[in-house]
Amino acid sequence: MSDIKLPIYLDYSSTTPVDPRVAAKMAECLTTEGNFGNPASRSHRFGWVAEEAVDIARNQIAELVNADPREIVFTSGATESNNLAIKGAANFYGKQGKHLITVKTEHKAVLDTCRQLEREGFEVTYLTPEPSGLLDLDKLVAAIRPDTILISVMHVNNEIGVIQDIAAIGEICRSRKILFHVDAAQSTGKVKIDLQELKVDLMSFSAHKTYGPKGIGALYVSRKPRVRLEAQMHGGGHERGMRSGTMATHQIVGMGEAFRLAKVEMAAENERLLMLRNRLWDGIKDIEAVYINGDMESRVAANLNVSFAYVEGESLIMALKDMAVSSGSACTSASLEPSYVLRALGLSDELAHSSIRFTMGRFTTEAEIDYIIGVIHNAIDKLREMSPLWDMYKEGIDLSTVEWAHH
Amino acid sequence: MAYSEKVIDHYENPRNVGGFDKNDPTIATGMVGAPACGDVMKLQLKIDANGIIEDAKFKTYGCGSAIASSSLVTEWVKGKSIDEAVLIKNTDIAHELALPPVKIHCSILAEDAIKAAVADYKSKHNQ
Repeated sequence: MSDIKLPIYLDYSSTTPVDPRVAAKMAECLTTEGNFGNPASRSHRFGWVAEEAVDIARNQIAELVNADPREIVFTSGATESNNLAIKGAANFYGKQGKHLITVKTEHKAVLDTCRQLEREGFEVTYLTPEPSGLLDLDKLVAAIRPDTILISVMHVNNEIGVIQDIAAIGEICRSRKILFHVDAAQSTGKVKIDLQELKVDLMSFSAHKTYGPKGIGALYVSRKPRVRLEAQMHGGGHERGMRSGTMATHQIVGMGEAFRLAKVEMAAENERLLMLRNRLWDGIKDIEAVYINGDMESRVAANLNVSFAYVEGESLIMALKDMAVSSGSACTSASLEPSYVLRALGLSDELAHSSIRFTMGRFTTEAEIDYIIGVIHNAIDKLREMSPLWDMYKEGIDLSTVEWAHH
Repeated sequence: MAYSEKVIDHYENPRNVGGFDKNDPTIATGMVGAPACGDVMKLQLKIDANGIIEDAKFKTYGCGSAIASSSLVTEWVKGKSIDEAVLIKNTDIAHELALPPVKIHCSILAEDAIKAAVADYKSKHNQ
Protein backbone atom coordinates (compact mmCIF):
# COMPACT_ATOMS: atom_id res chain seq x y z
CA MET A 1 0.00 0.00 0.00
CA SER A 2 3.00 2.27 0.31
CA ASP A 3 2.63 3.44 -3.27
CA ILE A 4 -0.91 4.79 -2.71
CA LYS A 5 -1.36 8.47 -2.03
CA LEU A 6 -4.56 9.43 -0.21
CA PRO A 7 -7.13 10.62 -1.01
CA ILE A 8 -7.47 8.70 -4.26
CA TYR A 9 -8.86 10.81 -7.09
CA LEU A 10 -11.84 9.09 -8.76
CA ASP A 11 -13.67 12.12 -10.06
CA TYR A 12 -12.19 12.44 -13.55
CA SER A 13 -15.58 13.36 -15.05
CA SER A 14 -15.58 16.41 -12.84
CA THR A 15 -12.18 17.48 -14.06
CA THR A 16 -8.83 15.93 -14.92
CA PRO A 17 -5.35 17.01 -13.91
CA VAL A 18 -3.41 18.64 -16.73
CA ASP A 19 -1.10 16.06 -18.29
CA PRO A 20 2.53 17.08 -17.50
CA ARG A 21 3.29 16.98 -21.24
CA VAL A 22 0.48 19.50 -21.77
CA ALA A 23 1.62 21.73 -18.92
CA ALA A 24 5.13 21.85 -20.42
CA LYS A 25 3.77 23.10 -23.75
CA MET A 26 1.61 25.70 -22.03
CA ALA A 27 4.51 27.03 -19.98
CA GLU A 28 6.29 27.89 -23.25
CA CYS A 29 3.59 30.45 -24.09
CA LEU A 30 3.69 32.84 -21.15
CA THR A 31 6.88 34.77 -20.41
CA THR A 32 9.22 37.11 -22.29
CA GLU A 33 11.34 34.16 -23.39
CA GLY A 34 8.25 32.31 -24.55
CA ASN A 35 5.51 32.62 -27.16
CA PHE A 36 3.53 35.37 -25.40
CA GLY A 37 2.43 37.46 -28.39
CA ASN A 38 -1.15 38.22 -29.39
CA PRO A 39 -2.12 35.87 -32.24
CA ALA A 40 -4.14 38.72 -33.74
CA SER A 41 -1.07 40.97 -34.07
CA ARG A 42 -0.30 40.97 -37.79
CA SER A 43 2.52 43.51 -37.80
CA HIS A 44 5.35 41.65 -36.03
CA ARG A 45 6.98 38.35 -35.37
CA PHE A 46 5.53 37.95 -31.86
CA GLY A 47 2.05 37.86 -33.33
CA TRP A 48 3.00 35.57 -36.19
CA VAL A 49 4.53 32.84 -34.02
CA ALA A 50 1.59 33.01 -31.63
CA GLU A 51 -0.81 32.67 -34.55
CA GLU A 52 1.16 29.69 -35.80
CA ALA A 53 0.88 28.01 -32.37
CA VAL A 54 -2.88 28.60 -32.39
CA ASP A 55 -3.15 27.17 -35.91
CA ILE A 56 -1.27 24.03 -34.88
CA ALA A 57 -3.56 23.58 -31.89
CA ARG A 58 -6.64 24.13 -34.05
CA ASN A 59 -5.38 21.38 -36.36
CA GLN A 60 -4.77 19.01 -33.44
CA ILE A 61 -8.32 19.53 -32.18
CA ALA A 62 -9.78 19.11 -35.66
CA GLU A 63 -7.78 15.90 -36.14
CA LEU A 64 -9.18 14.24 -33.02
CA VAL A 65 -12.74 14.68 -34.32
CA ASN A 66 -11.97 14.54 -38.07
CA ALA A 67 -13.17 18.06 -38.82
CA ASP A 68 -11.78 20.92 -40.87
CA PRO A 69 -9.72 23.25 -38.64
CA ARG A 70 -11.76 26.18 -39.99
CA GLU A 71 -14.78 24.60 -38.28
CA ILE A 72 -13.25 25.01 -34.80
CA VAL A 73 -14.20 28.12 -32.80
CA PHE A 74 -12.38 28.62 -29.50
CA THR A 75 -14.44 29.47 -26.43
CA SER A 76 -13.86 29.55 -22.67
CA GLY A 77 -15.21 26.02 -22.22
CA ALA A 78 -18.10 23.69 -22.97
CA THR A 79 -20.59 25.85 -21.06
CA GLU A 80 -19.86 28.77 -23.35
CA SER A 81 -19.86 26.48 -26.40
CA ASN A 82 -23.31 25.17 -25.45
CA ASN A 83 -24.59 28.72 -24.95
CA LEU A 84 -23.12 29.90 -28.25
CA ALA A 85 -24.44 26.89 -30.17
CA ILE A 86 -27.98 26.90 -28.82
CA LYS A 87 -28.61 30.63 -28.37
CA GLY A 88 -26.58 31.49 -31.45
CA ALA A 89 -28.55 29.08 -33.66
CA ALA A 90 -31.91 29.91 -32.10
CA ASN A 91 -31.33 33.64 -32.54
CA PHE A 92 -30.16 33.21 -36.13
CA TYR A 93 -32.83 30.74 -37.25
CA GLY A 94 -35.62 31.96 -34.95
CA LYS A 95 -37.62 33.28 -37.90
CA GLN A 96 -37.88 29.74 -39.31
CA GLY A 97 -39.26 28.22 -36.14
CA LYS A 98 -39.46 28.56 -32.39
CA HIS A 99 -39.22 24.93 -31.24
CA LEU A 100 -36.21 23.09 -29.78
CA ILE A 101 -35.85 19.55 -28.44
CA THR A 102 -33.44 18.34 -25.78
CA VAL A 103 -33.26 15.68 -23.05
CA LYS A 104 -33.88 15.91 -19.30
CA THR A 105 -30.47 14.38 -18.53
CA GLU A 106 -28.47 17.07 -20.35
CA HIS A 107 -25.92 19.18 -18.53
CA LYS A 108 -27.23 22.34 -16.87
CA ALA A 109 -25.34 24.40 -19.45
CA VAL A 110 -27.79 23.05 -22.05
CA LEU A 111 -30.91 22.95 -19.86
CA ASP A 112 -30.50 26.45 -18.43
CA THR A 113 -29.73 27.84 -21.87
CA CYS A 114 -32.98 26.31 -23.12
CA ARG A 115 -34.84 27.78 -20.14
CA GLN A 116 -33.49 31.21 -21.08
CA LEU A 117 -34.72 30.74 -24.66
CA GLU A 118 -38.15 29.82 -23.30
CA ARG A 119 -38.21 33.19 -21.55
CA GLU A 120 -37.40 34.77 -24.92
CA GLY A 121 -40.38 33.16 -26.63
CA PHE A 122 -39.04 29.79 -27.79
CA GLU A 123 -40.67 26.47 -26.93
CA VAL A 124 -38.58 23.55 -25.71
CA THR A 125 -39.48 19.86 -25.40
CA TYR A 126 -37.49 18.03 -22.71
CA LEU A 127 -37.51 14.31 -23.51
CA THR A 128 -37.39 11.70 -20.76
CA PRO A 129 -34.75 9.02 -21.49
CA GLU A 130 -35.35 5.30 -21.00
CA PRO A 131 -34.42 3.82 -17.58
CA SER A 132 -31.06 2.90 -19.18
CA GLY A 133 -30.37 6.59 -19.72
CA LEU A 134 -30.52 6.15 -23.50
CA LEU A 135 -32.92 8.02 -25.71
CA ASP A 136 -35.70 6.13 -27.50
CA LEU A 137 -35.36 7.49 -31.04
CA ASP A 138 -39.03 6.88 -31.83
CA LYS A 139 -39.92 9.25 -29.00
CA LEU A 140 -37.50 11.78 -30.43
CA VAL A 141 -39.09 11.54 -33.87
CA ALA A 142 -42.55 11.86 -32.32
CA ALA A 143 -41.52 15.10 -30.60
CA ILE A 144 -40.42 16.77 -33.84
CA ARG A 145 -42.73 19.54 -35.10
CA PRO A 146 -42.78 21.50 -38.37
CA ASP A 147 -41.29 24.46 -36.50
CA THR A 148 -38.48 22.49 -34.81
CA ILE A 149 -35.19 24.24 -35.60
CA LEU A 150 -32.68 22.55 -33.29
CA ILE A 151 -32.18 19.30 -31.40
CA SER A 152 -29.53 19.14 -28.68
CA VAL A 153 -28.44 15.75 -27.31
CA MET A 154 -25.25 15.12 -25.35
CA HIS A 155 -22.81 12.47 -26.54
CA VAL A 156 -21.73 11.04 -23.17
CA ASN A 157 -23.62 11.75 -19.97
CA ASN A 158 -21.50 13.25 -17.20
CA GLU A 159 -23.16 11.35 -14.35
CA ILE A 160 -23.83 7.88 -15.74
CA GLY A 161 -21.44 7.78 -18.71
CA VAL A 162 -23.97 6.42 -21.22
CA ILE A 163 -23.28 7.09 -24.90
CA GLN A 164 -26.19 8.33 -27.01
CA ASP A 165 -26.51 7.18 -30.61
CA ILE A 166 -25.59 10.51 -32.17
CA ALA A 167 -25.06 8.90 -35.60
CA ALA A 168 -28.72 7.85 -35.76
CA ILE A 169 -29.99 11.10 -34.26
CA GLY A 170 -27.91 13.00 -36.83
CA GLU A 171 -29.64 11.14 -39.68
CA ILE A 172 -33.05 11.96 -38.19
CA CYS A 173 -32.15 15.65 -37.96
CA ARG A 174 -30.42 16.02 -41.32
CA SER A 175 -33.24 14.37 -43.27
CA ARG A 176 -35.64 16.91 -41.75
CA LYS A 177 -33.27 19.89 -42.08
CA ILE A 178 -33.17 20.38 -38.32
CA LEU A 179 -29.89 21.55 -36.77
CA PHE A 180 -28.22 19.02 -34.47
CA HIS A 181 -26.06 20.15 -31.54
CA VAL A 182 -24.05 17.68 -29.47
CA ASP A 183 -22.43 18.45 -26.11
CA ALA A 184 -19.28 16.32 -26.36
CA ALA A 185 -17.55 17.64 -23.23
CA GLN A 186 -17.41 14.14 -21.75
CA SER A 187 -16.60 12.13 -24.86
CA THR A 188 -13.33 13.44 -26.33
CA GLY A 189 -10.60 10.89 -25.82
CA LYS A 190 -13.18 8.34 -24.66
CA VAL A 191 -15.30 7.73 -27.77
CA LYS A 192 -14.23 7.98 -31.40
CA ILE A 193 -15.75 11.03 -33.10
CA ASP A 194 -15.75 11.38 -36.88
CA LEU A 195 -17.44 14.59 -37.95
CA GLN A 196 -17.00 13.73 -41.64
CA GLU A 197 -19.33 10.79 -41.04
CA LEU A 198 -21.62 12.14 -38.33
CA LYS A 199 -24.48 14.42 -39.36
CA VAL A 200 -23.71 16.85 -36.58
CA ASP A 201 -23.91 20.62 -37.13
CA LEU A 202 -22.60 21.90 -33.83
CA MET A 203 -20.45 20.14 -31.23
CA SER A 204 -19.16 21.48 -27.91
CA PHE A 205 -15.75 20.54 -26.51
CA SER A 206 -13.95 21.13 -23.24
CA ALA A 207 -10.19 20.86 -22.61
CA HIS A 208 -10.18 20.13 -18.90
CA LYS A 209 -12.13 16.87 -19.13
CA THR A 210 -9.38 15.52 -21.40
CA TYR A 211 -6.19 16.39 -19.45
CA GLY A 212 -6.03 19.95 -20.78
CA PRO A 213 -6.41 23.20 -18.82
CA LYS A 214 -9.63 24.71 -17.47
CA GLY A 215 -10.95 27.86 -19.08
CA ILE A 216 -10.70 26.74 -22.69
CA GLY A 217 -13.05 24.88 -24.98
CA ALA A 218 -14.25 24.92 -28.54
CA LEU A 219 -17.35 24.77 -30.66
CA TYR A 220 -17.39 22.87 -33.92
CA VAL A 221 -19.49 24.78 -36.44
CA SER A 222 -20.13 22.81 -39.62
CA ARG A 223 -19.16 24.39 -42.97
CA LYS A 224 -20.89 21.78 -45.16
CA PRO A 225 -23.75 22.30 -44.74
CA ARG A 226 -22.94 25.80 -43.57
CA VAL A 227 -24.31 26.63 -40.15
CA ARG A 228 -24.74 30.26 -39.12
CA LEU A 229 -24.75 31.58 -35.59
CA GLU A 230 -25.51 34.90 -34.02
CA ALA A 231 -22.49 35.87 -31.93
CA GLN A 232 -23.03 36.07 -28.18
CA MET A 233 -19.75 37.89 -27.50
CA HIS A 234 -19.06 41.00 -29.55
CA GLY A 235 -15.76 42.78 -30.04
CA GLY A 236 -12.76 42.45 -32.30
CA GLY A 237 -14.34 39.93 -34.61
CA HIS A 238 -12.09 37.02 -33.67
CA GLU A 239 -12.99 33.46 -34.71
CA ARG A 240 -14.69 34.69 -37.89
CA GLY A 241 -16.90 36.97 -35.88
CA MET A 242 -18.49 34.14 -33.90
CA ARG A 243 -16.54 34.71 -30.70
CA SER A 244 -14.59 37.88 -30.06
CA GLY A 245 -11.86 38.09 -27.45
CA THR A 246 -8.06 37.80 -27.52
CA MET A 247 -6.98 34.22 -28.19
CA ALA A 248 -5.56 32.67 -25.00
CA THR A 249 -2.48 31.18 -26.66
CA HIS A 250 -1.28 29.10 -23.70
CA GLN A 251 -4.76 27.67 -23.08
CA ILE A 252 -5.29 26.90 -26.76
CA VAL A 253 -1.87 25.27 -27.09
CA GLY A 254 -2.68 23.20 -24.00
CA MET A 255 -6.00 22.07 -25.43
CA GLY A 256 -4.33 21.20 -28.73
CA GLU A 257 -1.64 19.09 -27.09
CA ALA A 258 -4.22 17.42 -24.83
CA PHE A 259 -6.38 16.48 -27.81
CA ARG A 260 -3.32 15.28 -29.76
CA LEU A 261 -2.43 12.97 -26.87
CA ALA A 262 -6.04 11.81 -26.62
CA LYS A 263 -5.98 10.71 -30.25
CA VAL A 264 -2.68 8.84 -29.85
CA GLU A 265 -3.55 7.16 -26.54
CA MET A 266 -7.31 6.64 -26.66
CA ALA A 267 -7.34 2.98 -27.71
CA ALA A 268 -4.81 1.80 -25.12
CA GLU A 269 -6.30 4.03 -22.42
CA ASN A 270 -9.82 2.75 -22.98
CA GLU A 271 -8.65 -0.83 -22.71
CA ARG A 272 -6.91 -0.10 -19.43
CA LEU A 273 -9.85 1.88 -18.00
CA LEU A 274 -12.29 -0.87 -18.89
CA MET A 275 -10.11 -3.35 -17.02
CA LEU A 276 -10.07 -1.04 -13.97
CA ARG A 277 -13.82 -0.42 -14.12
CA ASN A 278 -14.57 -4.13 -14.33
CA ARG A 279 -12.15 -4.79 -11.47
CA LEU A 280 -13.99 -2.25 -9.31
CA TRP A 281 -17.43 -3.62 -10.15
CA ASP A 282 -16.28 -7.23 -9.60
CA GLY A 283 -15.03 -6.14 -6.19
CA ILE A 284 -18.30 -4.60 -5.01
CA LYS A 285 -21.09 -6.32 -6.96
CA ASP A 286 -21.53 -8.98 -4.28
CA ILE A 287 -22.62 -6.39 -1.72
CA GLU A 288 -26.35 -6.87 -1.13
CA ALA A 289 -28.80 -4.36 -2.69
CA VAL A 290 -26.29 -2.63 -4.96
CA TYR A 291 -27.42 -1.35 -8.34
CA ILE A 292 -25.67 0.10 -11.40
CA ASN A 293 -27.22 3.26 -12.81
CA GLY A 294 -27.27 3.59 -16.59
CA ASP A 295 -26.73 1.21 -19.47
CA MET A 296 -23.60 -0.94 -19.15
CA GLU A 297 -23.15 -1.66 -22.88
CA SER A 298 -23.38 1.80 -24.42
CA ARG A 299 -21.17 3.42 -21.80
CA VAL A 300 -17.70 4.90 -21.54
CA ALA A 301 -15.10 2.68 -19.90
CA ALA A 302 -14.19 5.14 -17.16
CA ASN A 303 -17.59 5.50 -15.47
CA LEU A 304 -19.26 3.42 -12.78
CA ASN A 305 -22.35 4.88 -11.10
CA VAL A 306 -23.70 2.74 -8.31
CA SER A 307 -26.55 3.04 -5.79
CA PHE A 308 -25.99 1.45 -2.40
CA ALA A 309 -29.54 1.08 -1.10
CA TYR A 310 -30.38 2.06 2.50
CA VAL A 311 -27.23 4.15 2.84
CA GLU A 312 -27.42 7.93 2.49
CA GLY A 313 -25.06 9.46 -0.05
CA GLU A 314 -23.48 12.22 1.97
CA SER A 315 -22.65 10.01 4.94
CA LEU A 316 -21.24 7.54 2.43
CA ILE A 317 -19.04 10.27 0.97
CA MET A 318 -17.84 10.93 4.54
CA ALA A 319 -17.06 7.27 5.03
CA LEU A 320 -15.23 7.26 1.71
CA LYS A 321 -13.06 10.20 2.72
CA ASP A 322 -9.96 8.46 1.39
CA MET A 323 -11.32 8.82 -2.12
CA ALA A 324 -12.63 11.76 -4.13
CA VAL A 325 -15.96 10.73 -5.68
CA SER A 326 -19.30 12.45 -6.38
CA SER A 327 -22.67 11.68 -4.90
CA GLY A 328 -26.12 11.88 -6.47
CA SER A 329 -27.26 13.53 -3.28
CA ALA A 330 -26.68 17.15 -2.44
CA CYS A 331 -27.79 17.56 1.16
CA THR A 332 -27.17 21.27 1.39
CA SER A 333 -30.63 22.50 2.23
CA ALA A 334 -33.67 21.50 4.21
CA SER A 335 -35.30 20.24 1.04
CA LEU A 336 -32.49 18.18 -0.36
CA GLU A 337 -32.23 17.64 -4.08
CA PRO A 338 -31.32 14.26 -5.47
CA SER A 339 -29.60 14.10 -8.85
CA TYR A 340 -32.02 15.19 -11.59
CA VAL A 341 -30.27 12.82 -13.99
CA LEU A 342 -30.96 9.76 -11.83
CA ARG A 343 -34.52 10.96 -11.15
CA ALA A 344 -35.07 11.21 -14.93
CA LEU A 345 -34.10 7.53 -15.21
CA GLY A 346 -36.96 6.78 -12.84
CA LEU A 347 -34.89 6.11 -9.72
CA SER A 348 -36.61 6.72 -6.40
CA ASP A 349 -35.33 9.62 -4.31
CA GLU A 350 -33.81 7.11 -1.89
CA LEU A 351 -31.76 5.32 -4.54
CA ALA A 352 -30.73 8.62 -6.09
CA HIS A 353 -29.56 9.83 -2.67
CA SER A 354 -27.62 6.58 -2.23
CA SER A 355 -25.62 6.83 -5.43
CA ILE A 356 -21.90 7.31 -5.93
CA ARG A 357 -20.17 8.13 -9.22
CA PHE A 358 -16.71 6.67 -9.66
CA THR A 359 -14.84 8.01 -12.69
CA MET A 360 -11.38 6.68 -13.40
CA GLY A 361 -8.70 8.20 -15.59
CA ARG A 362 -5.20 8.29 -16.98
CA PHE A 363 -3.48 8.22 -13.60
CA THR A 364 -5.71 5.67 -11.81
CA THR A 365 -3.86 2.48 -10.82
CA GLU A 366 -4.88 -1.10 -10.13
CA ALA A 367 -3.53 -0.81 -6.58
CA GLU A 368 -5.83 2.18 -5.98
CA ILE A 369 -8.87 0.25 -7.19
CA ASP A 370 -8.00 -2.72 -4.95
CA TYR A 371 -7.60 -0.38 -1.99
CA ILE A 372 -10.94 1.37 -2.48
CA ILE A 373 -12.84 -1.92 -2.83
CA GLY A 374 -11.92 -2.68 0.78
CA VAL A 375 -12.84 0.82 1.94
CA ILE A 376 -16.25 0.60 0.24
CA HIS A 377 -17.07 -2.74 1.90
CA ASN A 378 -16.20 -1.37 5.35
CA ALA A 379 -18.17 1.84 4.77
CA ILE A 380 -21.32 0.05 3.60
CA ASP A 381 -21.14 -2.42 6.53
CA LYS A 382 -20.74 0.40 9.04
CA LEU A 383 -23.51 2.60 7.65
CA ARG A 384 -26.01 -0.21 7.22
CA GLU A 385 -25.33 -1.28 10.79
CA MET A 386 -26.50 2.23 11.69
CA SER A 387 -29.39 2.42 9.20
CA PRO A 388 -33.00 1.92 10.36
CA LEU A 389 -33.96 1.41 6.70
CA TRP A 390 -31.56 -1.50 6.38
CA ASP A 391 -33.20 -3.12 9.45
CA MET A 392 -36.64 -2.68 7.91
CA TYR A 393 -35.44 -4.13 4.61
CA LYS A 394 -34.00 -7.11 6.47
CA GLU A 395 -37.33 -7.58 8.29
CA GLY A 396 -39.01 -7.72 4.89
CA ILE A 397 -40.83 -4.40 5.18
CA ASP A 398 -41.57 -2.71 1.87
CA LEU A 399 -40.39 0.84 2.48
CA SER A 400 -42.71 2.27 -0.15
CA THR A 401 -45.70 1.19 1.96
CA VAL A 402 -44.50 2.96 5.12
CA GLU A 403 -46.11 6.24 6.04
CA TRP A 404 -43.25 8.60 6.78
CA ALA A 405 -43.43 11.64 8.99
CA HIS A 406 -42.29 14.24 6.47
CA HIS A 407 -40.67 17.25 7.98
CA MET B 1 -18.64 20.80 3.24
CA ALA B 2 -16.33 21.15 6.21
CA TYR B 3 -17.73 19.48 9.32
CA SER B 4 -16.87 20.47 12.87
CA GLU B 5 -14.60 18.17 14.87
CA LYS B 6 -17.52 17.19 17.10
CA VAL B 7 -19.63 16.06 14.13
CA ILE B 8 -16.74 14.05 12.78
CA ASP B 9 -16.10 12.50 16.20
CA HIS B 10 -19.75 11.42 16.57
CA TYR B 11 -19.79 10.18 12.98
CA GLU B 12 -16.56 8.20 13.33
CA ASN B 13 -17.42 6.90 16.82
CA PRO B 14 -21.19 6.97 17.10
CA ARG B 15 -22.46 6.49 20.66
CA ASN B 16 -25.22 3.99 21.45
CA VAL B 17 -25.93 2.57 18.01
CA GLY B 18 -28.50 -0.19 18.20
CA GLY B 19 -32.02 -0.87 19.37
CA PHE B 20 -34.35 -2.43 21.92
CA ASP B 21 -37.46 -4.57 21.54
CA LYS B 22 -40.15 -2.05 20.64
CA ASN B 23 -42.88 -4.21 22.19
CA ASP B 24 -41.26 -4.09 25.65
CA PRO B 25 -43.45 -1.75 27.78
CA THR B 26 -40.38 0.01 29.22
CA ILE B 27 -39.18 0.93 25.73
CA ALA B 28 -40.20 4.13 23.93
CA THR B 29 -39.64 4.33 20.18
CA GLY B 30 -39.59 7.45 18.02
CA MET B 31 -39.02 7.29 14.28
CA VAL B 32 -38.97 10.54 12.32
CA GLY B 33 -37.99 11.76 8.86
CA ALA B 34 -38.44 10.15 5.46
CA PRO B 35 -36.09 8.36 3.07
CA ALA B 36 -37.08 10.70 0.24
CA CYS B 37 -35.87 13.64 2.31
CA GLY B 38 -32.55 11.94 2.91
CA ASP B 39 -32.85 11.25 6.61
CA VAL B 40 -34.66 8.86 8.93
CA MET B 41 -33.92 8.71 12.67
CA LYS B 42 -35.00 5.96 15.02
CA LEU B 43 -34.50 6.76 18.69
CA GLN B 44 -35.32 4.25 21.45
CA LEU B 45 -35.39 5.00 25.16
CA LYS B 46 -35.45 2.55 28.06
CA ILE B 47 -37.50 4.15 30.82
CA ASP B 48 -37.71 3.00 34.45
CA ALA B 49 -40.78 3.04 36.72
CA ASN B 50 -40.00 6.59 37.88
CA GLY B 51 -39.97 7.95 34.34
CA ILE B 52 -36.15 8.22 34.23
CA ILE B 53 -34.36 7.34 31.00
CA GLU B 54 -31.97 4.52 31.85
CA ASP B 55 -30.60 3.91 28.40
CA ALA B 56 -30.93 5.15 24.83
CA LYS B 57 -30.11 3.70 21.40
CA PHE B 58 -30.37 5.06 17.90
CA LYS B 59 -30.18 4.16 14.24
CA THR B 60 -30.01 6.86 11.59
CA TYR B 61 -30.08 6.95 7.82
CA GLY B 62 -28.81 10.36 6.88
CA CYS B 63 -25.88 12.68 6.46
CA GLY B 64 -23.04 13.08 8.94
CA SER B 65 -24.86 15.85 10.82
CA ALA B 66 -27.97 13.71 11.19
CA ILE B 67 -25.93 10.80 12.57
CA ALA B 68 -24.04 13.12 14.94
CA SER B 69 -27.25 14.82 16.14
CA SER B 70 -28.88 11.51 17.02
CA SER B 71 -25.71 10.14 18.60
CA LEU B 72 -25.47 13.26 20.76
CA VAL B 73 -29.06 13.09 22.02
CA THR B 74 -28.63 9.48 23.14
CA GLU B 75 -25.88 10.78 25.45
CA TRP B 76 -27.87 13.78 26.61
CA VAL B 77 -31.14 12.02 27.47
CA LYS B 78 -29.61 9.33 29.66
CA GLY B 79 -30.38 10.00 33.34
CA LYS B 80 -33.01 12.61 32.51
CA SER B 81 -36.70 12.21 33.24
CA ILE B 82 -38.93 12.09 30.19
CA ASP B 83 -40.27 15.53 31.11
CA GLU B 84 -36.73 16.92 31.15
CA ALA B 85 -35.79 15.15 27.93
CA VAL B 86 -38.52 16.84 25.90
CA LEU B 87 -37.02 20.20 26.92
CA ILE B 88 -33.90 19.54 24.82
CA LYS B 89 -33.98 22.12 22.05
CA ASN B 90 -32.67 21.76 18.52
CA THR B 91 -30.71 24.97 19.03
CA ASP B 92 -28.75 23.31 21.89
CA ILE B 93 -27.90 20.39 19.60
CA ALA B 94 -26.95 22.67 16.71
CA HIS B 95 -24.80 24.80 19.01
CA GLU B 96 -23.02 21.83 20.60
CA LEU B 97 -22.18 20.33 17.18
CA ALA B 98 -21.51 23.70 15.51
CA LEU B 99 -23.88 22.78 12.69
CA PRO B 100 -23.88 25.12 9.71
CA PRO B 101 -27.25 26.76 8.81
CA VAL B 102 -27.97 24.24 6.01
CA LYS B 103 -27.78 21.40 8.57
CA ILE B 104 -30.09 22.87 11.21
CA HIS B 105 -32.85 20.54 10.01
CA CYS B 106 -30.79 17.60 11.32
CA SER B 107 -30.95 19.02 14.85
CA ILE B 108 -34.69 19.67 14.47
CA LEU B 109 -35.13 16.04 13.47
CA ALA B 110 -33.24 14.89 16.59
CA GLU B 111 -35.48 17.04 18.80
CA ASP B 112 -38.53 15.60 17.04
CA ALA B 113 -37.21 12.07 17.63
CA ILE B 114 -37.11 12.63 21.40
CA LYS B 115 -40.64 14.05 21.36
CA ALA B 116 -41.89 11.14 19.23
CA ALA B 117 -40.32 8.58 21.57
CA VAL B 118 -41.82 10.23 24.67
CA ALA B 119 -45.23 10.42 22.96
CA ASP B 120 -44.94 6.70 22.17
CA TYR B 121 -44.17 5.96 25.82
CA LYS B 122 -47.10 8.03 27.03
CA SER B 123 -49.51 6.36 24.64
CA LYS B 124 -48.24 2.93 25.75
CA HIS B 125 -48.97 3.89 29.36
CA ASN B 126 -52.15 5.83 28.64
CA GLN B 127 -50.73 9.01 30.13
